[in-house]
Amino acid sequence: MEWLERNVPKLVLAPSFVAILIFVYGFIAWTAWVSLTRSKLMPRYELDGFGQYTRLFASPRWDVAMNNLYIFGALFIIISMLIGLMLAIFLDQKIRAEGVLRTIYLYPMALSLIVTGTAWKWILNPGLGIQEMVRGWGFESFAFDWLIRPEMAIYTIVIAAVWQASGFVMALFLAGLRSVDTEIIRAAQVDGIPTRRIYSAIIIPTMAPIFLSAFIVLAHLAIKAFDLVIALTNGGPGYATDLPATYMYAMAFSRGDLGQAAASAMIMMMVIFAIVVPYLYSELRPRRDQ
Amino acid sequence: MTSNTTILRWGLYGILILFALFYLLPLFVMLTTSLKSLEEIRTGSLLALPRGLTFQPWIEAWSSACAGTQCEGLRPFFWNSVLMAVPAVMISTIVGALNGYVFAQWRFPGANLFFAAILFGCFIPFQVVLMPMARMLGLMGLAGTIPGLIFVHVIYGIGFTTLFFRNYYVTIPQELVRAAKVDGAGFFRIFWSIFLPISLPIITVSVIWQFTQIWNDFLFGVSFSGPGSQPVTVALNNIVNSTTGVKAYNVDMAAAIIAALPTLLVYVVAGKYFIRGLTAGSVKG
Repeated sequence: MEWLERNVPKLVLAPSFVAILIFVYGFIAWTAWVSLTRSKLMPRYELDGFGQYTRLFASPRWDVAMNNLYIFGALFIIISMLIGLMLAIFLDQKIRAEGVLRTIYLYPMALSLIVTGTAWKWILNPGLGIQEMVRGWGFESFAFDWLIRPEMAIYTIVIAAVWQASGFVMALFLAGLRSVDTEIIRAAQVDGIPTRRIYSAIIIPTMAPIFLSAFIVLAHLAIKAFDLVIALTNGGPGYATDLPATYMYAMAFSRGDLGQAAASAMIMMMVIFAIVVPYLYSELRPRRDQ
Repeated sequence: MTSNTTILRWGLYGILILFALFYLLPLFVMLTTSLKSLEEIRTGSLLALPRGLTFQPWIEAWSSACAGTQCEGLRPFFWNSVLMAVPAVMISTIVGALNGYVFAQWRFPGANLFFAAILFGCFIPFQVVLMPMARMLGLMGLAGTIPGLIFVHVIYGIGFTTLFFRNYYVTIPQELVRAAKVDGAGFFRIFWSIFLPISLPIITVSVIWQFTQIWNDFLFGVSFSGPGSQPVTVALNNIVNSTTGVKAYNVDMAAAIIAALPTLLVYVVAGKYFIRGLTAGSVKG
């Protein structure tokens, strides 16, 4: 009885412990193992070295997916950060109706990416969307058909993703701006330092951790991007807008190539960990002020 | 000087409103398109208001639009999502609350390592567990069922809920627990009468976060559901990509709004908590 009393906390954690051990770490191990075998339609468990990875890196489709990830990831992160920072600074100028504007900027984050993709697919479709509308205004030769052009379609995904996430970055930055010590700002104002300098020399540098957080969250969203691509372009035209996540899904569930699916999933995980692990490490390190 | 700042303020408001319009545009287009007839969509302009209001697309989207070969609208899938989300949200929140309580107030050797392991699990790309989970659900006899989806969402949701509760409870002084223990209160008694009563804000955050995540999920839904258990996001995608008959853009848009309504409603009603959930994982201290 006393033993039970003493061990209640551990017993409470035990189911989660077992679940995490099996369904996170065990499953990662399974995927890692399969990525080192010759599994095709069914998993095979005889190790076969790095053949799957060699095949993966030689695959033109994976090449497209990784290239798209670089383009999409870089543009998505940079544009979202710029818009988010700008909106946060502007909203921080004692704006009337700040609450309403904030609510409007952030609502896309509550939507499913499938909904977002469906909406933008309609807006961007050349037949009846923006292109047709502008042509209707008299600009007969106006063209905005990125959605169906293989070399441009990836940018439509950037547009929709920025629309979805930039308001969230705004919220992060606004919280950061508001947490800067007002004493310092007031002192600077008393000294007659112009607002622009106050932002560039005092406020923004103190927000470095928030830039890092925003970067981590956006990078994480970019690497996992799946729903939006499926809804907006379904990876097309052809496989022009494939991303690692859609490549992995295609291999696992429609091509029946488990080895390739496992290898691509492992690469995705390594990319994420390369970004997240240093961050988590710095977050978890015991701090002096705690 | 004054006129200069006035112009600057006008510019500021101008830009802020311009962006507000950018964020509202897709919602506006979805709504107006869903209320137009196909004829009007073909002849009219994208941004034009509907001339003759029609609610037919909404009725079709709800009860007769075709998702693949099944032509029952979104309705059955909407209920699938409800049946999936409600238990999954409840279970993952309860488990998260108890876990967070232990991590914050009942530390034991190795607890930190385990917490780090849980935190780590929050960041994995789900692609890496997709295939073994598909096989595991098969072995458990849960493949293609709603309980299977509930199971998956609980497993991969407890990382975040644990994090929420742990970070909330860690601010409560340990002396409180110590004093209660001296008074003879046990683990659950202390949780029930000290921690639970102050937990409403974080429970709200956790419930809203989990509900939004699970309702909006597509990856697990498309990977693990069967014909009878597809969640609303999967059905929406199927309706939009359905190739049978004429492309009914108005029905697609009505369906998209229907699928978005629950989370949108939650956002409007409890936006403050939604934002707290979003930022809880990323801004600390």
